Amino acid sequence: MTLQEIIDNLNLTCLTEHKDFSQIIPESGYTSDLLSCVMAGARHHAVWVTLQSHTNIVAVAALLELSAVIITEGATPDQETIAKANEEGITLLWTQKPSFYVVGKLWEMGLREG
Amino acid sequence: MDIKPADRAVLRKERVITDQMAGYITRSEELFYELKIQDVMTRNPKIVTPGWHMEEVLDLFRRAQISGAPVVAQGELVGVISIEDLIRWLRRGETMAFADEYMTRKVITVKASNPVIEALKMFAQTRVGRLPVVDDEGHLVGIITKGDITRGVLHALQSDYQAEEVRRYRASHLFQDIASDRTSLILRYEIKARDFTRAGQASSNIKRALLRLGATPQVARRCGIAAYEAEINLVIHTLHGGQILVEIEPSKIFIQAIDDGPGIPDIKLAMTPGYSTATEEIREMGFGAGMGLKNIERCTDSMVLESTPGVGTRLEMTIYLQPKQTTTPSEQPKEEGTHHDVAGNH
Repeated sequence: MTLQEIIDNLNLTCLTEHKDFSQIIPESGYTSDLLSCVMAGARHHAVWVTLQSHTNIVAVAALLELSAVIITEGATPDQETIAKANEEGITLLWTQKPSFYVVGKLWEMGLREG
Repeated sequence: MDIKPADRAVLRKERVITDQMAGYITRSEELFYELKIQDVMTRNPKIVTPGWHMEEVLDLFRRAQISGAPVVAQGELVGVISIEDLIRWLRRGETMAFADEYMTRKVITVKASNPVIEALKMFAQTRVGRLPVVDDEGHLVGIITKGDITRGVLHALQSDYQAEEVRRYRASHLFQDIASDRTSLILRYEIKARDFTRAGQASSNIKRALLRLGATPQVARRCGIAAYEAEINLVIHTLHGGQILVEIEPSKIFIQAIDDGPGIPDIKLAMTPGYSTATEEIREMGFGAGMGLKNIERCTDSMVLESTPGVGTRLEMTIYLQPKQTTTPSEQPKEEGTHHDVAGNH
């Protein structure tokens, strides 16, 4: 499954620069709002679902080389965070839906913990 | 080339190439624009004068192993004579014939200072095999064939490749090339307390530096995660921030996070997963999960945490670059994640 399919299926808004998402294939999924848990649990190239939206999610995503971060519950990162994400090449996706819904959908699509 | 200002703006706009598009442009295509005709042409080509007998032309082509030559009279380019002209002459069986009777008079030339792409376009348009090259005054300075272009591009690609090799070699062989009893590179980072915006920057830089120095992606990631957790701890918990020192040696990476307070009263408790003294406000940002030290332990080969309340804390982390460290014969191979040493935990 490609990131493009995830974006289309969940109707996600891309907050960062557009890439060819049909070429990005997330290998697994992870959800937590505690950054250290993400550091410990999320795998390389995973999609991370969180309601955190501050700058540090970019640092975490960059260090783990995540495929994308899906920010839920309509939490909106500031411009600085988006700029930082673009600088680091991190894709930030956004939705009004809660994390539970997003994770459920991703699971339905076939994404697993890896 | 005369470009009107309006056209120039359009041209510049078209030069905006996204990274994705740039991926489709190969280096050799780029070189067709970068290299000048004068960089790849054959200088001082063999020349013929109009009065040469065709027999002499044939002789020259055979000796020099060429298939065409410019015809020059009084320093001026007057034509081109090629193997096709020789064939025409031979088929007619004319004994007394001169170059100016068989040469092509309408000479298409290219300018030496133009990019190679101009010569390529000309080859495509005219189907000629060689083009005389002239300077800005129209004087013959060389000759160019498709073979010259291929050679020139290959040569340029080769130099590119060597330059890249040298760069990579320099970074990754930094240590091998410097002779000393013990060589190390130290990176220092000042971490500010409560600066959540910049938190994570030092660890990103550490990871990048390690990759640049030739560390494997796995080692760089492990160091990045360990440094990140240490950095976040300095941001969250310290009174005045602290310092991260990364000492890179050929065999290991040694990271220290040092601060001057407040210190950890109970290290054993601090090491317990889920335990954190972070405030509610900090937890709301996703920090203070009580997992930081555990993560560091998991990512490093050895971890030493020393702290004195009221004085400060020193966290030392080591990551070995060789897969197995058999320093002493008695040392048993340990399972990953267990070879740490936490002071005060015994």
